[in-house]
Amino acid sequence: MLEIVSSRNNPLVDPWLHVWGWEIPFYLFLGGWVAGMMVLSGYFLLKGRERQRRCVCFALPLFGLVLLSLGMLSLFLDLEHKPYVFRLYLTVEPLSPMSWGSWILVLVYPVLVANVLLQPPALAVAAWPRLGSLSRRFAARRGVVRAVGGASVLAGTALGIYTGILLSALGARPLWNSALLGPLFLVSGLSCGAAFSHMVARDVEERTALARADNLFLSVELGLFALYLIGLLSASEAHLEATRLLLGGPFTGVFWVFVVGLGVVIPLLIQVLAVSHRIAHTPVAPLLVLAGGLALRFVIVYAGQWSRWPQT
Amino acid sequence: MARYGMVIDTRTCVGCMDCVVACKTENQVPEGFDRDWVTQRLTGRFPTLQLEIHSERCNHCDNPPCVTCCPTGASHVHQNGGVVLVAHEECIGCKACLAACPYDARFIHPNGYADKCTFCIHRVEKGQDPACVAVCPAHCMHFGDLDDPGAGVSQLIASRKHHVLLPAAGTRPRIYYLE
Repeated sequence: MLEIVSSRNNPLVDPWLHVWGWEIPFYLFLGGWVAGMMVLSGYFLLKGRERQRRCVCFALPLFGLVLLSLGMLSLFLDLEHKPYVFRLYLTVEPLSPMSWGSWILVLVYPVLVANVLLQPPALAVAAWPRLGSLSRRFAARRGVVRAVGGASVLAGTALGIYTGILLSALGARPLWNSALLGPLFLVSGLSCGAAFSHMVARDVEERTALARADNLFLSVELGLFALYLIGLLSASEAHLEATRLLLGGPFTGVFWVFVVGLGVVIPLLIQVLAVSHRIAHTPVAPLLVLAGGLALRFVIVYAGQWSRWPQT
Repeated sequence: MARYGMVIDTRTCVGCMDCVVACKTENQVPEGFDRDWVTQRLTGRFPTLQLEIHSERCNHCDNPPCVTCCPTGASHVHQNGGVVLVAHEECIGCKACLAACPYDARFIHPNGYADKCTFCIHRVEKGQDPACVAVCPAHCMHFGDLDDPGAGVSQLIASRKHHVLLPAAGTRPRIYYLE
């Protein structure tokens, strides 16, 4: 037997670590979602298919700006020493994923703005007519459109992967110690981006194409879930112990029901039926995908903090 | 350059918590927070049980994950003795270092910055021992330069069976527990 009695009782640390509340998973979700939208938008701009994918190429970046700003606000709310936030931008710490993240966010904003400028919202053009002529000049140059597309794919991929690497770099929490967390969060973000555009696009052909893309992302996400769990199960005792949180432990129900079941499997089934014309397209599937993406971040962040190296 | 570390004899530690009180007094640690603490580990099977008492704190690791993860450089390795410290005015309170520490040795000070044991570097720089070591009535705690073969800490490590906490975490802690 092993019984440990400690006199320590530090807030946010004992009896188990709970330093990150709703703010961090919410930010990771919004960051991943925006990353997915940027990659999709950039991909179609690079391919020169912006006329067939108007919602993805021109509406999503605007949503992206709003959502990313919400995410940044959430991140700011999490900080305990808020007046010193500017310190993030006085240094580059090459070994700190959080430092890369703060600089990636600086890169993402101008890329999103450049993407919005390719076709600004009608309201903005009405208010500033010069904006319309400027954007028409940009959009007419293929090189500019391709450059914006390429930058969007690169910045979006970096943003999406970093949200996972941020956690996996913290070796003290075995549940996060997987190189697959970055790709998993990126694919989940792509799935959220595709699901959202599937929901808001008006063009039927565009909606169907995005539902198809989402089915691919959801299938890959399922595979990554399996590899993530297999990887942890075949690692050290600490990782086995951590995986038990999702396989029989306190986070099992919420992980399998809300993340895997309602967040991936059910919407995948609905969308497979929809793209094969057996049922009509419905916003239920995309909404479930978005809720599943949010639940994934909450489960991983909360369960990860719970996991620790065995105190033997 | 020195490499400060600590050696704690679990055979003579009685768990009196004087080290905890001394740290709180010396460093004005706010009420409800601990930079060091005492852990009792009971192992074995009745009636052959074994009780080991540990005075624990930041391990000032040679490979400190709290320093590498810090996005602002607030968590750093001090040039004097390789002690791991936090520059309060550079810390944004992101709590990444708290999540990165396998010993859960850090906490957020009520003023917003990450806080932890400093090995009482302000005392050490004056040639004194850390407060916890200085007050220990059982003389179970020893502090010194681990790279100096003539230092008391090095001789204890060389002559006695010892262990560190969570060696598998790969942080190479600098607090040794004599068995």
